[in-house]
Amino acid sequence: MPDLLLELFSEEIPARMQAKAADDLRRLVTEKLVAEGLVYEGAKAFATPRRLALTVHGIPARQPDLKTERRGPKVGAPDAAVQGFLKATGLKSLDEAKIQRDPKGDFYIGLIEKPGRAAIDVLAEILPVIIRTFPWPKSMRWGARSAKPGSLSWVRPLHAITATFGLETEEPDVVKFEVDGIEAGQTTYGHRFLAPSSISVRRFEDYEAKLLDAKVVLDPERRKDAILTDAKQLAFAQGFELVEDQALLDEVSGLVEWPVVLMGSFEQEFLKTPDEVIRATIRNNQKCFVVRDPKTGRLTNKFVLTANIEATDGGKVIVSGNERVIRARLSDAKFFYETDLKTRLEDRLPKFEQIVFHEKLGTQAKRIKRIERLAAWIAEFIEPQLKIGARFYEGNSAQYANDVEQAARLAKADLLTEVVGEFPEVQGLMGKYYALAQGERASVAAACEEHYKPQGPADRVPTDPVSVAVALADKIDTVVGFWGHDEKPTGSKDPFALRRAALGIIRILVSNDIKLPLLKSIDVAWLGYALNEAGVIGEAEHFSNDLLAFFADRLKVQLREQGARHDLVDAVFALGGQDDLLMIVRRVEALGKFLESDDGKNLLAGTKRASNILSIEEKKDKRTFDGAPDASLYSLAEEKALAAAIEQVKAEAGAAVAREDFAAAMSAMAKLRPPVDAFFDKVRVNDDDAKVRENRLKLLNEIRSATRAVADFSKIQD
Amino acid sequence: MDASLPAHMRPDRSFQGLLLALQRYWADYGCVILQPYDMEVGAGTFHPGTTLRALGPRPWNAAYVQPSRRPKDGRYGENPNRLQHYYQFQVILKPSPPNLQELYLKSLAAIGIDSAIHDIRFVEDDWESPTLGAWGLGWECWCDGMEVSQFTYFQQVAGVECAPVAGELTYGLERLACYLQGVDRIMDLNFNGREGAEKVTYKEVFFQAEQEYSRHNFEHADTAMLFEQFKMAEAACKKYLDAGWKDEKREAHLMALPAYDQCIKASHVFNLLDARGVISVTERQSYIFRVRELAKACGEAWVHTEAGGAA
Repeated sequence: MPDLLLELFSEEIPARMQAKAADDLRRLVTEKLVAEGLVYEGAKAFATPRRLALTVHGIPARQPDLKTERRGPKVGAPDAAVQGFLKATGLKSLDEAKIQRDPKGDFYIGLIEKPGRAAIDVLAEILPVIIRTFPWPKSMRWGARSAKPGSLSWVRPLHAITATFGLETEEPDVVKFEVDGIEAGQTTYGHRFLAPSSISVRRFEDYEAKLLDAKVVLDPERRKDAILTDAKQLAFAQGFELVEDQALLDEVSGLVEWPVVLMGSFEQEFLKTPDEVIRATIRNNQKCFVVRDPKTGRLTNKFVLTANIEATDGGKVIVSGNERVIRARLSDAKFFYETDLKTRLEDRLPKFEQIVFHEKLGTQAKRIKRIERLAAWIAEFIEPQLKIGARFYEGNSAQYANDVEQAARLAKADLLTEVVGEFPEVQGLMGKYYALAQGERASVAAACEEHYKPQGPADRVPTDPVSVAVALADKIDTVVGFWGHDEKPTGSKDPFALRRAALGIIRILVSNDIKLPLLKSIDVAWLGYALNEAGVIGEAEHFSNDLLAFFADRLKVQLREQGARHDLVDAVFALGGQDDLLMIVRRVEALGKFLESDDGKNLLAGTKRASNILSIEEKKDKRTFDGAPDASLYSLAEEKALAAAIEQVKAEAGAAVAREDFAAAMSAMAKLRPPVDAFFDKVRVNDDDAKVRENRLKLLNEIRSATRAVADFSKIQD
Repeated sequence: MDASLPAHMRPDRSFQGLLLALQRYWADYGCVILQPYDMEVGAGTFHPGTTLRALGPRPWNAAYVQPSRRPKDGRYGENPNRLQHYYQFQVILKPSPPNLQELYLKSLAAIGIDSAIHDIRFVEDDWESPTLGAWGLGWECWCDGMEVSQFTYFQQVAGVECAPVAGELTYGLERLACYLQGVDRIMDLNFNGREGAEKVTYKEVFFQAEQEYSRHNFEHADTAMLFEQFKMAEAACKKYLDAGWKDEKREAHLMALPAYDQCIKASHVFNLLDARGVISVTERQSYIFRVRELAKACGEAWVHTEAGGAA
């Protein structure tokens, strides 16, 4: 079956858009083909800086013929109905129609045959539409045609379209169409500098091969492989190793059609600047890789660049040109760094009074004040619980409090440094360097960096007790502030990354085994805003439960991602008064384990059965069956046994929950199972004696309330 | 590069030689070679030869050098590559010709950048001027990792859609010259291409000016007066725009250029105030907005003039 080759040749496409554009092209063309009844065998798309290319192979030469039946009027229907039917079906007379019998009578059936069209004609129709409506993130007009409305928009000026269709064994045909004056043909061009002349291409195989001869590597994966292999090799040859960087590799491979990897160097003295700053400078501004010394783990004074040409001088001029630029950039970075070191972090703070953090949330200065206050409260609250890190502060609460206060005060100060102004991605990290340089304690310096963590689900969770307090305070202040000012995430929109912050809070608490009552924390955080605004803000009550539900949602998402059952979170939250995330997680874990055991499964079934019976009878009698059962009304041994078991389990589970031993609470719960099973086996709840019936329903209610010591079983899905 | 050039005129030896070579190249192409606009502007784009001429249907090909003032970038002449006053070479071609990239690459060849040994790249750069209400798509042009030009297809200028689109090329002359001459500091550039006693460096021409203007821009510029000037320029711009309509039908405008001068003035005064650090972050946005409103009103007027209109 024939194949399609399509190439859209343009001026330089931004590197970051290429991969998605290639994918969009493949998707749009193949979806349209399938919609037209042309089911293909395979498709692959490619992008270089100057072209998008697509090959679709195994397309049928023609669309299948379409046969549809149309039911017409009854035999003997009035002439107007018959004429309408003939017109709609295109039949000349009723002789061409079939007659079909069904229970309602005999009906005319018209058979409409729509012959399939040649695939090349279908392509000539769909390709220009796809090109005209291509989903570039940003597109532009150009040239004389842009004077008229409706001219073609493309990411950058589009110069040529190659579109051929045909069998492997034959000379393919050009798919004939034009878009805004550009006629599809079979002429493309090689590398801009190394082989600029036109090339005539037939089909994908010779297209790719001829491009390679013309110094164009079509497949981005091949370009990436070549760059990575050569870059590693160059570094290795000098006894170093390449600092790999996938995002940079993706970008660089989108800037060249013919990658040529070269190595340059810079002066040793620049290595006095922190590695991260050197890397950010070289990577962001020059799109070059850096190289490290495996012996020390630190950067060396080398960099790896990817040129787009095989220079006639072997790349000497290119390397020296890049070295000059990198030298100038590093010298700026070094200057920024040294300038930053001259000002102490605390001396930068007054400037925050003029910087608005968010219109509704006030200035950065106010924000820092709030974080300080909240961090101090959190530190005091969690200090007795800290285990590993706490040994540094054992018996020295004052030192811990001081460190948290200092860290909270300085943590944002690096935002005002030159280096962070230039490279926002090293925020926090620079704070650590500057804090260390001005003699802050190690924990304070670490918190400057770590209070931003965890940034995403894969990021490290801080464990240092100072970092923990400041990270929690920073995140809680943000979430509470935006929530309280009604700036909540909606759908896919979460402009202030509140979901990430909430998840960060959950992860910090759980992985450090820290108990922190959320409602109280929300109140304390919100009071910070009230103090900022001199009391103009009311209580947190109007949003704190809503915010708690948001945390519950985040927790569910988090647990689901870890493979845990999110309905268990609901079962625990439904108990009410649950605002300690660590306890909720522990309870959910214990509950999950319990429900995997036979005892758990059967107890759940028994409890549900009790609930079901109760809700039916409650409806019938229009009343509830609260209150203690009357022991004197028990007539059967199973009733007595169950009542005794409930009593015992309630006491044991209650005590276990009180000491936060949820596993023990579950074990206690397990003891309910045999008497519950026996009860349902032997006892008829709806006894003829109304008093006995009421008493038995009360006993059932007791099962439900006993299990509520650990969770609301009715929220658990089977 | 033209091999017949005498040594002192070669772009790789002489700053003015570079400038003249670019002028010559674009003159050969058929551009009108304009002279710098006689007002302080932040970039070559502000020249009415670009801002206003980019609007309307009439073809327009022009090139010129524009001294550009960025008061905030002054470093008292001490920074190797930052100045508060520098030169841009500006080319504007409307409609953008289909071979604009080739024309640009040939202009690099004309100043001695050989694409057989230099790595020339078009790296995404979406251009936007909030004060001019303008945006376009294009690239930073890199030569061996150094940005040597801006290349933009204007989509909108002064709030008006470009129809047709104009192509704009901006060469940063000092940086380009440093690269060609192989010097690391702008002040070390050979200005006139002569050697020995006849040689004049960039420092001899501009160092004192950099020092004096840095002092002025950062320390002494009279802010009370500047605030006043901003208001006056803004008011004058609006006044001239109002007065410029030929009649009540508001179909023809007769004073777009003088009004636009006041917009340029306001923009530069704002830059000076900004350098003096007397404009807060929030005020900054509102000043930019006010200049943009002037620019948009001027653009609107311009498309109703003879040169900017369809007539």
